[in-house]
Amino acid sequence: MSGQVDEGLRSELQKQGIWVTSTQELYNWGRRNSIWPLQFGLACCAIEMIATAASRYDLARFGGEVFRPSPRQADLMIVAGTVTKKMAPQIVRLYNQMPDPKYVISMGACAISGGPFKQGYNVLKGIDRYIPVDVYIPGCPPRPEALLHAFMELQRKIDGQKLTGEKKAPFLDRKQPSEFPVPAFGAHDLEPPANPDVFRPPVVERT
Amino acid sequence: MTPDPYFFIVIFCGVAVVFPLMPLALAWLWRKFFQPPKPGPAKNATYECGVESIGEARGQFQSQYYLYCIIFLIFDVEAIFLVPFAVAFTGLPLGAFIAILVFLLLLIEGLVWAWSKGCLD
Repeated sequence: MSGQVDEGLRSELQKQGIWVTSTQELYNWGRRNSIWPLQFGLACCAIEMIATAASRYDLARFGGEVFRPSPRQADLMIVAGTVTKKMAPQIVRLYNQMPDPKYVISMGACAISGGPFKQGYNVLKGIDRYIPVDVYIPGCPPRPEALLHAFMELQRKIDGQKLTGEKKAPFLDRKQPSEFPVPAFGAHDLEPPANPDVFRPPVVERT
Repeated sequence: MTPDPYFFIVIFCGVAVVFPLMPLALAWLWRKFFQPPKPGPAKNATYECGVESIGEARGQFQSQYYLYCIIFLIFDVEAIFLVPFAVAFTGLPLGAFIAILVFLLLLIEGLVWAWSKGCLD
Protein backbone atom coordinates (compact mmCIF):
# COMPACT_ATOMS: atom_id res chain seq x y z
CA MET A 1 0.00 0.00 0.00
CA SER A 2 0.95 3.63 -0.13
CA GLY A 3 3.83 4.70 2.04
CA GLN A 4 5.87 1.54 1.57
CA VAL A 5 7.84 3.02 -1.29
CA ASP A 6 10.25 5.77 -0.35
CA GLU A 7 9.32 9.11 -1.92
CA GLY A 8 12.88 9.80 -3.06
CA LEU A 9 13.20 6.38 -4.65
CA ARG A 10 9.88 6.88 -6.32
CA SER A 11 10.86 10.20 -7.91
CA GLU A 12 14.22 8.70 -8.90
CA LEU A 13 12.43 5.84 -10.66
CA GLN A 14 10.03 8.30 -12.26
CA LYS A 15 12.97 10.11 -13.83
CA GLN A 16 14.03 6.80 -15.37
CA GLY A 17 10.53 6.26 -16.75
CA ILE A 18 9.26 3.78 -14.17
CA TRP A 19 6.02 4.71 -12.48
CA VAL A 20 5.48 3.21 -9.03
CA THR A 21 1.96 3.28 -7.66
CA SER A 22 -0.28 1.44 -5.24
CA THR A 23 -3.75 -0.03 -5.56
CA GLN A 24 -5.12 2.74 -3.39
CA GLU A 25 -3.56 5.50 -5.46
CA LEU A 26 -4.68 3.92 -8.71
CA TYR A 27 -8.18 3.41 -7.37
CA ASN A 28 -8.51 6.95 -6.06
CA TRP A 29 -6.94 8.40 -9.20
CA GLY A 30 -9.55 6.69 -11.32
CA ARG A 31 -12.42 7.67 -9.06
CA ARG A 32 -11.46 11.29 -8.65
CA ASN A 33 -11.12 11.87 -12.36
CA SER A 34 -14.47 10.41 -13.33
CA ILE A 35 -16.99 11.76 -10.85
CA TRP A 36 -20.41 11.46 -12.44
CA PRO A 37 -22.88 13.89 -10.91
CA LEU A 38 -26.58 13.28 -10.63
CA GLN A 39 -28.56 15.44 -13.04
CA PHE A 40 -30.61 17.07 -10.38
CA GLY A 41 -31.29 20.78 -10.04
CA LEU A 42 -33.67 22.31 -7.53
CA ALA A 43 -33.63 26.08 -7.95
CA CYS A 44 -31.56 28.97 -9.26
CA CYS A 45 -28.29 27.31 -8.17
CA ALA A 46 -29.04 24.70 -10.81
CA ILE A 47 -28.61 27.38 -13.47
CA GLU A 48 -25.09 27.97 -12.18
CA MET A 49 -24.54 24.22 -12.18
CA ILE A 50 -25.64 24.08 -15.81
CA ALA A 51 -23.29 26.97 -16.61
CA THR A 52 -20.49 25.04 -14.92
CA ALA A 53 -21.14 22.04 -17.11
CA ALA A 54 -21.41 24.13 -20.28
CA SER A 55 -18.57 25.22 -22.53
CA ARG A 56 -17.34 28.39 -20.80
CA TYR A 57 -16.53 26.79 -17.43
CA ASP A 58 -16.38 23.22 -18.73
CA LEU A 59 -16.70 20.75 -15.89
CA ALA A 60 -15.38 18.15 -18.34
CA ARG A 61 -11.87 19.35 -17.52
CA PHE A 62 -12.32 17.63 -14.16
CA GLY A 63 -13.99 14.53 -15.52
CA GLY A 64 -17.40 15.47 -14.19
CA GLU A 65 -19.36 16.32 -17.30
CA VAL A 66 -21.33 13.09 -17.46
CA PHE A 67 -24.50 14.17 -15.68
CA ARG A 68 -26.50 11.01 -15.12
CA PRO A 69 -30.29 11.08 -15.15
CA SER A 70 -30.42 7.99 -12.93
CA PRO A 71 -29.13 7.75 -9.35
CA ARG A 72 -27.92 4.21 -10.09
CA GLN A 73 -25.11 5.57 -12.26
CA ALA A 74 -24.17 8.66 -10.26
CA ASP A 75 -21.30 9.19 -7.81
CA LEU A 76 -22.04 12.73 -6.75
CA MET A 77 -25.20 14.51 -5.78
CA ILE A 78 -25.04 18.28 -6.17
CA VAL A 79 -27.88 19.60 -4.05
CA ALA A 80 -28.25 22.78 -6.08
CA GLY A 81 -30.88 25.04 -4.65
CA THR A 82 -33.70 25.45 -2.18
CA VAL A 83 -34.78 22.21 -0.58
CA THR A 84 -38.44 22.47 0.30
CA LYS A 85 -39.88 20.15 2.89
CA LYS A 86 -41.96 18.59 0.14
CA MET A 87 -38.79 17.75 -1.79
CA ALA A 88 -36.60 16.57 1.09
CA PRO A 89 -37.87 12.93 1.24
CA GLN A 90 -37.29 12.58 -2.49
CA ILE A 91 -33.71 13.83 -2.14
CA VAL A 92 -32.97 11.40 0.67
CA ARG A 93 -34.48 8.57 -1.35
CA LEU A 94 -32.43 9.50 -4.40
CA TYR A 95 -29.32 9.57 -2.22
CA ASN A 96 -30.22 6.15 -0.87
CA GLN A 97 -30.55 4.81 -4.39
CA MET A 98 -27.07 5.92 -5.39
CA PRO A 99 -24.44 3.18 -5.23
CA ASP A 100 -21.42 3.50 -2.96
CA PRO A 101 -19.07 5.38 -3.01
CA LYS A 102 -21.27 8.47 -3.14
CA TYR A 103 -20.64 12.10 -2.31
CA VAL A 104 -22.77 15.17 -1.73
CA ILE A 105 -22.02 18.80 -2.52
CA SER A 106 -24.37 21.21 -0.77
CA MET A 107 -24.52 24.13 -3.16
CA GLY A 108 -25.75 27.55 -2.11
CA ALA A 109 -27.12 29.15 1.01
CA CYS A 110 -30.47 27.36 0.78
CA ALA A 111 -29.05 23.86 0.61
CA ILE A 112 -26.70 24.65 3.50
CA SER A 113 -29.08 26.30 5.93
CA GLY A 114 -32.31 27.38 4.26
CA GLY A 115 -30.73 30.64 3.21
CA PRO A 116 -33.11 33.59 2.84
CA PHE A 117 -36.03 31.24 3.51
CA LYS A 118 -34.69 30.06 6.85
CA GLN A 119 -37.46 31.83 8.76
CA GLY A 120 -40.11 30.40 6.47
CA TYR A 121 -42.35 27.44 7.12
CA ASN A 122 -41.78 25.33 4.03
CA VAL A 123 -38.03 25.21 3.43
CA LEU A 124 -35.71 22.66 4.96
CA LYS A 125 -32.97 24.29 7.01
CA GLY A 126 -30.10 22.47 5.41
CA ILE A 127 -29.91 19.13 3.61
CA ASP A 128 -27.21 18.00 6.05
CA ARG A 129 -30.00 17.25 8.49
CA TYR A 130 -30.70 14.02 6.62
CA ILE A 131 -27.71 13.07 4.48
CA PRO A 132 -23.96 13.48 5.07
CA VAL A 133 -22.55 16.40 3.09
CA ASP A 134 -18.93 16.36 1.90
CA VAL A 135 -18.45 19.89 0.57
CA TYR A 136 -20.44 23.05 1.29
CA ILE A 137 -20.45 26.00 -1.12
CA PRO A 138 -21.69 29.30 0.29
CA GLY A 139 -23.20 31.86 -2.03
CA CYS A 140 -26.57 32.92 -3.34
CA PRO A 141 -26.10 31.51 -5.89
CA PRO A 142 -22.41 30.50 -5.93
CA ARG A 143 -20.60 31.30 -9.14
CA PRO A 144 -19.47 28.44 -11.39
CA GLU A 145 -15.90 28.99 -10.19
CA ALA A 146 -17.09 28.22 -6.67
CA LEU A 147 -18.62 24.94 -7.85
CA LEU A 148 -15.40 24.09 -9.65
CA HIS A 149 -13.51 24.83 -6.44
CA ALA A 150 -15.87 22.54 -4.54
CA PHE A 151 -15.29 19.88 -7.17
CA MET A 152 -11.55 20.17 -6.68
CA GLU A 153 -12.00 20.00 -2.92
CA LEU A 154 -14.01 16.81 -3.38
CA GLN A 155 -11.27 15.40 -5.61
CA ARG A 156 -8.76 16.19 -2.88
CA LYS A 157 -10.96 14.43 -0.36
CA ILE A 158 -11.32 11.35 -2.57
CA ASP A 159 -7.56 11.31 -3.08
CA GLY A 160 -7.02 11.12 0.66
CA GLN A 161 -9.39 8.22 1.30
CA LYS A 162 -7.77 5.06 2.60
CA LEU A 163 -8.54 1.60 1.30
CA THR A 164 -7.53 -0.33 4.41
CA GLY A 165 -6.75 0.23 8.05
CA GLU A 166 -8.58 1.93 10.88
CA LYS A 167 -9.16 5.20 9.00
CA LYS A 168 -10.51 3.65 5.81
CA ALA A 169 -13.25 5.38 3.87
CA PRO A 170 -16.75 4.97 5.36
CA PHE A 171 -18.16 3.24 2.27
CA LEU A 172 -15.60 0.45 2.74
CA ASP A 173 -16.67 -0.06 6.35
CA ARG A 174 -19.23 -2.79 6.77
CA LYS A 175 -20.73 -1.10 9.82
CA GLN A 176 -21.31 2.30 8.22
CA PRO A 177 -24.80 2.67 6.72
CA SER A 178 -25.31 3.31 3.03
CA GLU A 179 -28.96 4.32 3.30
CA PHE A 180 -30.44 6.87 5.63
CA PRO A 181 -34.02 7.02 6.94
CA VAL A 182 -36.38 8.96 4.69
CA PRO A 183 -38.30 11.65 6.59
CA ALA A 184 -42.08 11.55 6.46
CA PHE A 185 -44.59 14.39 6.33
CA GLY A 186 -45.90 15.13 9.82
CA ALA A 187 -48.63 17.44 11.03
CA HIS A 188 -46.43 20.54 11.07
CA ASP A 189 -42.95 19.50 10.01
CA LEU A 190 -40.99 16.60 8.63
CA GLU A 191 -40.73 13.67 11.04
CA PRO A 192 -38.06 13.52 12.37
CA PRO A 193 -36.90 17.15 11.89
CA ALA A 194 -33.30 15.92 11.68
CA ASN A 195 -31.42 12.64 11.67
CA PRO A 196 -29.26 12.77 14.84
CA ASP A 197 -26.80 10.24 13.36
CA VAL A 198 -25.99 12.62 10.53
CA PHE A 199 -26.78 16.11 11.76
CA ARG A 200 -24.10 17.41 14.08
CA PRO A 201 -24.33 21.20 14.00
CA PRO A 202 -21.33 23.08 15.35
CA VAL A 203 -21.87 24.30 18.89
CA VAL A 204 -21.55 28.07 19.12
CA GLU A 205 -19.59 29.10 22.18
CA ARG A 206 -20.67 32.43 23.53
CA THR A 207 -18.35 34.18 25.92
CA MET B 1 1.78 -23.86 -42.66
CA THR B 2 -1.27 -21.61 -42.77
CA PRO B 3 -3.78 -21.90 -39.98
CA ASP B 4 -7.30 -22.92 -40.64
CA PRO B 5 -9.32 -19.85 -41.74
CA TYR B 6 -11.98 -20.66 -39.15
CA PHE B 7 -9.36 -20.65 -36.40
CA PHE B 8 -9.72 -16.87 -36.14
CA ILE B 9 -13.37 -17.29 -35.22
CA VAL B 10 -12.29 -19.55 -32.35
CA ILE B 11 -9.89 -16.83 -31.17
CA PHE B 12 -12.61 -14.23 -31.57
CA CYS B 13 -15.05 -16.29 -29.48
CA GLY B 14 -12.41 -16.78 -26.78
CA VAL B 15 -11.76 -13.05 -26.58
CA ALA B 16 -15.50 -12.35 -26.60
CA VAL B 17 -15.92 -14.56 -23.53
CA VAL B 18 -12.85 -13.41 -21.60
CA PHE B 19 -13.27 -9.68 -22.27
CA PRO B 20 -16.57 -9.23 -20.39
CA LEU B 21 -15.71 -11.81 -17.75
CA MET B 22 -12.54 -10.02 -16.65
CA PRO B 23 -14.17 -6.83 -15.28
CA LEU B 24 -16.91 -8.93 -13.70
CA ALA B 25 -14.30 -11.06 -11.95
CA LEU B 26 -12.42 -7.95 -10.91
CA ALA B 27 -15.60 -6.44 -9.46
CA TRP B 28 -16.29 -9.68 -7.61
CA LEU B 29 -12.80 -9.72 -6.12
CA TRP B 30 -13.09 -6.04 -5.18
CA ARG B 31 -16.34 -6.74 -3.38
CA LYS B 32 -14.79 -9.68 -1.56
CA PHE B 33 -11.65 -7.94 -0.36
CA PHE B 34 -12.39 -4.23 -0.13
CA GLN B 35 -15.91 -2.98 -0.50
CA PRO B 36 -18.70 -4.91 1.25
CA PRO B 37 -22.04 -4.80 -0.56
CA LYS B 38 -24.68 -2.71 1.16
CA PRO B 39 -28.07 -3.44 -0.36
CA GLY B 40 -31.19 -1.83 1.03
CA PRO B 41 -34.87 -1.36 0.28
CA ALA B 42 -34.40 1.96 -1.56
CA LYS B 43 -31.34 0.76 -3.45
CA ASN B 44 -33.09 -2.39 -4.60
CA ALA B 45 -36.28 -0.57 -5.56
CA THR B 46 -37.37 -0.90 -9.17
CA TYR B 47 -38.37 2.71 -9.64
CA GLU B 48 -35.47 5.11 -9.34
CA CYS B 49 -36.70 8.70 -9.48
CA GLY B 50 -37.02 9.48 -5.80
CA VAL B 51 -40.78 9.10 -5.70
CA GLU B 52 -42.28 6.02 -4.16
CA SER B 53 -44.31 4.00 -6.61
CA ILE B 54 -47.97 3.43 -5.81
CA GLY B 55 -50.40 0.82 -7.10
CA GLU B 56 -49.55 -2.08 -9.32
CA ALA B 57 -47.63 -2.11 -12.57
CA ARG B 58 -50.46 -4.00 -14.27
CA GLY B 59 -53.18 -1.46 -14.92
CA GLN B 60 -56.09 -1.50 -17.34
CA PHE B 61 -56.37 1.15 -20.00
CA GLN B 62 -59.62 2.10 -21.65
CA SER B 63 -59.57 1.64 -25.41
CA GLN B 64 -61.47 4.83 -26.15
CA TYR B 65 -59.32 5.74 -29.10
CA TYR B 66 -60.03 2.70 -31.27
CA LEU B 67 -62.26 4.82 -33.53
CA TYR B 68 -59.31 7.06 -34.38
CA CYS B 69 -57.37 3.90 -35.20
CA ILE B 70 -60.13 2.71 -37.57
CA ILE B 71 -60.35 6.10 -39.32
CA PHE B 72 -56.56 6.20 -39.66
CA LEU B 73 -56.52 2.76 -41.27
CA ILE B 74 -59.29 3.64 -43.71
CA PHE B 75 -58.12 7.04 -44.91
CA ASP B 76 -54.37 6.81 -44.48
CA VAL B 77 -53.05 3.26 -44.61
CA GLU B 78 -55.58 2.15 -47.20
CA ALA B 79 -54.57 4.94 -49.58
CA ILE B 80 -50.95 3.79 -49.47
CA PHE B 81 -51.97 0.26 -50.43
CA LEU B 82 -54.39 1.44 -53.10
CA VAL B 83 -51.79 3.36 -55.11
CA PRO B 84 -49.64 0.32 -56.10
CA PHE B 85 -52.85 -1.64 -56.64
CA ALA B 86 -54.10 0.98 -59.09
CA VAL B 87 -50.74 1.16 -60.89
CA ALA B 88 -50.49 -2.62 -61.38
CA PHE B 89 -54.21 -3.10 -61.98
CA THR B 90 -54.12 -4.15 -65.65
CA GLY B 91 -51.49 -6.85 -65.13
CA LEU B 92 -52.98 -8.45 -62.00
CA PRO B 93 -54.01 -12.11 -61.94
CA LEU B 94 -57.44 -13.03 -60.58
CA GLY B 95 -56.09 -14.22 -57.20
CA ALA B 96 -54.43 -10.88 -56.44
CA PHE B 97 -57.57 -9.03 -57.48
CA ILE B 98 -59.72 -11.09 -55.08
CA ALA B 99 -57.17 -10.62 -52.29
CA ILE B 100 -57.24 -6.86 -52.60
CA LEU B 101 -61.04 -6.93 -52.74
CA VAL B 102 -61.10 -8.81 -49.43
CA PHE B 103 -58.75 -6.22 -47.99
CA LEU B 104 -61.00 -3.41 -49.24
CA LEU B 105 -64.12 -5.15 -47.94
CA LEU B 106 -62.63 -5.36 -44.43
CA LEU B 107 -61.85 -1.64 -44.46
CA ILE B 108 -65.24 -0.73 -45.90
CA GLU B 109 -66.75 -2.67 -43.03
CA GLY B 110 -64.75 -0.41 -40.71
CA LEU B 111 -65.97 2.64 -42.61
CA VAL B 112 -69.59 1.55 -42.20
CA TRP B 113 -68.99 0.98 -38.48
CA ALA B 114 -67.36 4.40 -38.03
CA TRP B 115 -70.12 6.08 -40.05
CA SER B 116 -72.86 4.46 -38.00
CA LYS B 117 -71.02 5.57 -34.81
CA GLY B 118 -71.25 9.15 -36.04
CA CYS B 119 -67.54 9.73 -36.53
CA LEU B 120 -67.93 11.36 -39.91
CA ASP B 121 -70.69 13.80 -38.97
